[in-house]
Amino acid sequence: MMHAPILPILLPLFAGSLLLLGHRLGRGIQRRLSLAATWALLPLSVWLLVLAGDDQLRVYALGDWAPPFGIVLLLDRLSALMLLLTALLAGFAVLYAVRGDDERGPNFHALFQFQLLGINGAFLTADLFNLFVFFEILLIASYALLMHGNGAARVRASMHYVLLNLLGSSFFLIGVGTLYGLTGTLNMADLARQVASADATQAPLLAAAGYLLLLVFGLKAAILPLYFWLPRAYAAATAPVAALFAIMTKVGLYAILRVFTLIFGSGAGELADLAQPWLWPLAAITLAAGVFGALAARNLQTQLAYLVVVSVGTLLVGIALGTAEGFAAALYYLLHSTLVSGGLFLLADLIARQRGELGGELQHGPSLRQPALLGGLFFFAAISVAGLPPLSGFLGKLMLLRAVPVGSPALLMWSVLLIGGLGLLIALSRSGSTLFWRTSGSPVAEAGADHLRILACAGLLLGSLLMVVAAAPLQAYVQATARQLLDLSPYLQIGMGGAA
Amino acid sequence: MEALFAITLGVLTASGVYLLLRARIFPVVMGLTLISYAVNLFLFAMGRLRTGVAPVLGKSAEYGDPLPQALVLTAIVIGFAMTAFVVVLALRGLGEVHSDHVDGREPDQ
Repeated sequence: MMHAPILPILLPLFAGSLLLLGHRLGRGIQRRLSLAATWALLPLSVWLLVLAGDDQLRVYALGDWAPPFGIVLLLDRLSALMLLLTALLAGFAVLYAVRGDDERGPNFHALFQFQLLGINGAFLTADLFNLFVFFEILLIASYALLMHGNGAARVRASMHYVLLNLLGSSFFLIGVGTLYGLTGTLNMADLARQVASADATQAPLLAAAGYLLLLVFGLKAAILPLYFWLPRAYAAATAPVAALFAIMTKVGLYAILRVFTLIFGSGAGELADLAQPWLWPLAAITLAAGVFGALAARNLQTQLAYLVVVSVGTLLVGIALGTAEGFAAALYYLLHSTLVSGGLFLLADLIARQRGELGGELQHGPSLRQPALLGGLFFFAAISVAGLPPLSGFLGKLMLLRAVPVGSPALLMWSVLLIGGLGLLIALSRSGSTLFWRTSGSPVAEAGADHLRILACAGLLLGSLLMVVAAAPLQAYVQATARQLLDLSPYLQIGMGGAA
Repeated sequence: MEALFAITLGVLTASGVYLLLRARIFPVVMGLTLISYAVNLFLFAMGRLRTGVAPVLGKSAEYGDPLPQALVLTAIVIGFAMTAFVVVLALRGLGEVHSDHVDGREPDQ
């Protein structure tokens, strides 16, 4: 079906609008509508994944304006994979939210759908200005979602998050404007062609625009000098919102991967591999900073937020390699880290609920109502995050270590990755033993955790196990994705009558 | 015309950055607004500065590029929405944390 690629954008758009119009509908109807719309994305994205599996690039020209003049959506293996991941994460997050978290502020479900609209759109678009628009949609929804539930901590975290991202948007527009002024196009494939054939006098300006885009995507992805907003924002957010935000940093990484393989990739002539020399050191220091943050955190949610920073650093290692093996490892690790950190944010909320006023503070506290269940889940998630066998974190890290070429890069990256893993192990064992063993007295929680909440949390964490069981087909898929990304010629045909 | 335009953009951006670094909500919002004005004008100029030419190909040797105007329009709308959100957030912040500092607390003297 030719209209398939636009459905993941239209579905949340209409569901969100309907929820906004029907805000007087009963809570039950809103919840059912939101659940149905979110879970409907799952079969849809599986279908798109199957469609994309034949290695064809599907171009959807909006309004039937032929590229490069109109706006186009592009469905390839990478975007289909990211859509599926978003659908999975969002499904479980909304499942968690319907058990009461959505009542803590107005319009939670409508905002959630608009957030999905922005994320799905960013993954599908093949136009740089359109990417900006979808970024803004997902950002404005995320500002409101971050504020969901109110409280002083959320207001403080929101202020930094909103102001930084507003400035980031200005930089994005300057970058996009410069590219348009120099090349006269905003279609990514057309831009790639123009950049490849640009003459030497334009190269410095094009490079400046490219670095501006790297800065903006780095801010979204929370790479080292630009990550300071993240721990406070993620730690302050309501659990289902924090779980959904696990995909937000990945949107930035996706944009880096897309723009710096296609526009400023190997085919860009003088500007080939523009970002590569920068990504290496950035990846290493982001990873290190994340590990130090996790070790120093005094609060479980803050520690988890630093784990997100660590995963960004780890993923960036794979992207910095610029090889098919590196990309494949990064994509596998991306799936793993998104699912597990989403699950961990939900789990942290379940734990905090059973500790009364202490919440997620990492100090001696009352014993939990369900120590075995929550402790088991925490142990499972912790060994997956720290990269111990037999779970998916181990496989992802192994693929990454094997992708690093032997020589001086290996010396740096192996030590950073492995020592970082050790640091995470120490940090998580400290918080695990504090939460589950350094307890006294009778449980303060009157009842055990809600079953649906446990199901949502366990569902995300079990994704880690599933990724091990289905490791072979998954690995084949991510390797094919990486090969597709690096083979630029089909992309460059877009808008020239080739693949359209 | 180009030089005047460029100087205007530079002054707008510099003032915006200065205000942004004041770290109090009102100057910060003003700063962001000035920066977004500068960015919008910059986008506009990326279609090249020309007066009195039609945005139609083939009518004359010179033509105006209509696309940046569409981009600027989108950027202005988004910028308005974002500024409105920051103002509401600032009011909320004033009520909840009783400070107009962007960190949500008064810096130690």
